[in-house]
Amino acid sequence: MTKKILIADDEPNIVISLEFLLKREGYEIVVAHNGAEALARVHAERPDMAILDVMMPLRNGFEVCQDLRQDPEFANLRIMMLTAKGRDTEVSKGLALGADVYMTKPFSTRELVAQVKALIDRA
Amino acid sequence: MSSQVKLITAVVVACGFLWAVLLAAGGVIGSGLEAQEQALLAAVFERRLGALLMIVFVACVFLFLMLRAAHEFLVLPPARAAEEARAMLEEPSTRLTVQGSRELQALLVTVNRLAEQHQARDEDIEVRIGAANAAAEADRNRFAVLMSELAQGVIVCNLDGRVLLYNRRARAIFAGSSGHGMAALGLGRSIYGIFDRHLIAYALENIDTRRRTHRHFVAVTESGRLLRVLVAPIPEAGAAIEDGAEDGVGTGAEAGFSGYMTMIEDMTETFDSESTRDQLLQDLTESSRGPVASLRAAAETLYDYADMSAEEHRRFLEVVRDEAGSLAGRVETAARTYAAVLKSRWPLEEMLGSDLLMAACRRIADRCSLPVSLEDVDTEVWVKVDGFSLLQAMTYLAARLRDEYQIKEISLRLSRDGAMAHVDLIWSGVFMSTETVMHWELDPMTVAGESSPLTVRDVVERNGGEVWFQRDRASHRAFFRFLLPVVSEQAASSSAAETAMVDSRPEFYDFDLFKGEETGLALDDRLLAQLTYTAFDTETTGLDPSAGDEIIQIGAVRIVNRRLLRQESFEQLIDPQRSLPAQSVKIHGITADMLSGQPPIGRVLPMFRAFVADTVLVAHNAAFDMRFLELKEASTGIRFDRPVLDTFLLSAVLFPNQESHRLEAIAQRLGVSVLGRHTAVGDAIVTAEVFLKMLPLLVDRGIRTLGEAREASEKTYHARIHY
Repeated sequence: MTKKILIADDEPNIVISLEFLLKREGYEIVVAHNGAEALARVHAERPDMAILDVMMPLRNGFEVCQDLRQDPEFANLRIMMLTAKGRDTEVSKGLALGADVYMTKPFSTRELVAQVKALIDRA
Repeated sequence: MSSQVKLITAVVVACGFLWAVLLAAGGVIGSGLEAQEQALLAAVFERRLGALLMIVFVACVFLFLMLRAAHEFLVLPPARAAEEARAMLEEPSTRLTVQGSRELQALLVTVNRLAEQHQARDEDIEVRIGAANAAAEADRNRFAVLMSELAQGVIVCNLDGRVLLYNRRARAIFAGSSGHGMAALGLGRSIYGIFDRHLIAYALENIDTRRRTHRHFVAVTESGRLLRVLVAPIPEAGAAIEDGAEDGVGTGAEAGFSGYMTMIEDMTETFDSESTRDQLLQDLTESSRGPVASLRAAAETLYDYADMSAEEHRRFLEVVRDEAGSLAGRVETAARTYAAVLKSRWPLEEMLGSDLLMAACRRIADRCSLPVSLEDVDTEVWVKVDGFSLLQAMTYLAARLRDEYQIKEISLRLSRDGAMAHVDLIWSGVFMSTETVMHWELDPMTVAGESSPLTVRDVVERNGGEVWFQRDRASHRAFFRFLLPVVSEQAASSSAAETAMVDSRPEFYDFDLFKGEETGLALDDRLLAQLTYTAFDTETTGLDPSAGDEIIQIGAVRIVNRRLLRQESFEQLIDPQRSLPAQSVKIHGITADMLSGQPPIGRVLPMFRAFVADTVLVAHNAAFDMRFLELKEASTGIRFDRPVLDTFLLSAVLFPNQESHRLEAIAQRLGVSVLGRHTAVGDAIVTAEVFLKMLPLLVDRGIRTLGEAREASEKTYHARIHY
C-alpha cells in the first residue's frame, strides 16, 4: 500500500522540491499551505506522515504538532518538523511537543529522504 | 614686684638694719651704766652727734650705692632677659642680649642657641608642610581633572549612602532625570534617590560574601536610560582591600570599608547599536535559511534527477533563479543596515582643524607612501567631526589618486568660510572626469587591505559636510574639497567655560562627609555647622497670599558642610493661573509671557519638596514664603514640615540695635556682595551667603545648635510680626 505524506509549508519553492523528491520515492503527497489547512488535511486524508514547517500562517508548526499529538487517533502519525531557526532551544521544543524528527533549513535532500524512509519504514 | 620696688625695699631694709645695729650697740653700751657715767656718755654723745650722724649718713649712702650696683648687675639683666625671652616667643627671629654676670651670659648664649635650633626646626616644618600642601593641592587638581574628564560617571558614597563625590559625567547622566532643572544628584544627598536601595544592598552583600572587590548591576533611570553600574568598596584608612571582605556578613562597617564607589556607564547608545547589530545578524542568518533551503533542495534535485521532464526542469531552474535573487537582495539590505549602524556609532568630537590636518598628513604618508605637505593652514579653526572616518576617507582618496592617476605628491590646505571649514586635498597635473569622482565617492573605502563598508559619501554625511572635486586651471591643480562644520564661537566658549570650571574645581566632592553625622541626635540638638540647608526664595504676584496672590518662581541652593553648592540649585518658574499685576512685574521682571507654558504650583511643589528633603530650610523673612507654601497644603497635599531658620530673625538676634534687617542691609553689614537681586535663585544665594556669615557670629553668642537658634529667633521682638 502506498504511504501518504502531508507537506505543510507556505513557501512554494521548497514544496516543489519536497513534492518531487518524495513522489519519486513512491509516496503519495498531500500539500497544505498553512497550519490550519495542514490540520484539516490530516483529518481528511489520514496521512502516515506529516512534514511541518514551523513558521506558517494561521497556525504554526508547533501548534499543529501539539494538536495532533493530543489526539490519540493520530498516535501512529510520524511528524517531521522543518525550521528556518536553527536554535537548540527550538529543536528541544519541537521534540518535546512530539515531533519525531527535527530538521533545520537548509538541509540535504538526500538526508531528508533518508530520514523520511527510516521513519515510515519503522511503522 | 618690679625690680625698682625691689631695689627701694632692699635699701630701706638695709638702712633699717644699720639703724637697728647702731641702736643695739647704743643699748649695749648704755645699759648697766651708773647715772654719772650716763651723763658723761650723753655729754660725749652730744658733742660728737654731728660727726656720728655724718658717719651714719655716709654709711647709708654707701649701702644704697652698693645695693644699686648689685641690683643693676644681678637683678636687672635677668629681668631684661626674661622680657626679651617673652618677646622671642612671639617673634622667633629676635635674640636675647648677652649681658650681666659671666654665668648669666653663658646661660643667655645657650638660650640663644636653643632658639636658633628651634627656629630652624620650625622653618623646616613649615617648608615641609608647604610642600605637602602643594603636593596635596596638585593631587587634588589632578584628581579633579581626571574625574571631570572620565567618560564614566563616578559617585562616591559613605556607608549611609550619602554622596561625597560625583563628577561631571555622573551629573550629566542624572541631570533632568527628575526633570525641570533639578538634579537628583547632590553632595550629601542620598544615592538611593538615584538607585534602588536594594540594588546597592545586593551588590554590597555580594562583595562581602564572595570576597570580590566589585560587583556590577544594571539600572534604568527615570528618563529610561540604561546604565551599567560598578560598585566597589572603599577600604577604611589603613585597611587593605583584601581585608575588606572578612568572614562576617552584614554591614560594610563590619567588613572594614568606609564607603563605596559607583562607576556608571550609559549603555543606552551602545546597547541600541549592539542590539541593532545583533538583530541584523540574526535576521540575516534566519531569514536566509528558507531561501537557501529552497535553493539547495532545487539544485540537488536538478543534479540528482537529470531524467526529469523539461517542464519540471524549467520549474526548478525558476526556483533557483528566484531564490538566488532574493538572497542577493537580503545581503544587500543587511550591508546597508550595517553601514548605517557604523555611521551612528562614532560620536562627533571637537578638534582643532590643524590637528586634523597633521593627522591626515601622517596617515596618508604612512598608508599611501606619498609625500604630503601642508599649505595655508588656518590654525584658529575648530571643527566638529568624527576624525577617524574622515581620515579614512582622505587616505582612501589619496590612495586612489596614487593608484589610478599616478599622483606623486599631495598637499593639504585648511581655510574657513563662514560656518564651514574647507579641507582641501590638492594635487597637480592630472584632471579626471566628474563621473569618475562620483564613483570614488560611492565605492566602499579600501586602503592598503583595510576595508570599510562606509563610502566617502557616508562619511561626509555623517560629519554633516560635503565633498566635491574642483579644478583650478590657472595653477594647473585640482583638489577634493571637504566642507566641514566649524564649532560655533558660542559652543567653543562654553567649552572654555567648562575648562574654567575645572580650574576652579566646583564643589563636586566633600570627603568630610565620610565621617558621617551624629544621626542619633535629635535635629534640635545637632550643631548648626553640621546641618544641611536649603536656602530658598520665592517671587510672587503680590504680598497677600490669603487675598489670592500666588508664587510665580521658586529658587533654591543647598548648603552642605558649610559650603554653598551653587551648581546644585533649583530654579523654576510657575504658572500662577491668574493675572500678573503690573507693579509686581517691576519688582521681579517676570512677565506673563515667561510664565505661559510653565507648570502650575501643584506640579512644582512635589519637585521642590524632593529638593529640600532632609534639609533645614533657610529664607529671609521666612514667614512670608512659608505662608504661601502653607496655603497650598490643602490643594496640593504637600506639607513643608522641615525646620525653618529665618535670616531676618537671626539678624535681629545678632544685631539688636540695628534699624534695618532688610536682606541688602544685612548683606552689606556682613560683607556679602549682592548680585542678581529679585531673581529667586539670586536672592536664595544671597540669603545662603548671609546665613553662612552668621554661623560663626551665632557661635560667639553661644548659639550652637539648631534648637538654640530657633529659640533665640523666637525670643526676638521681631518674631511677633505675623503675616
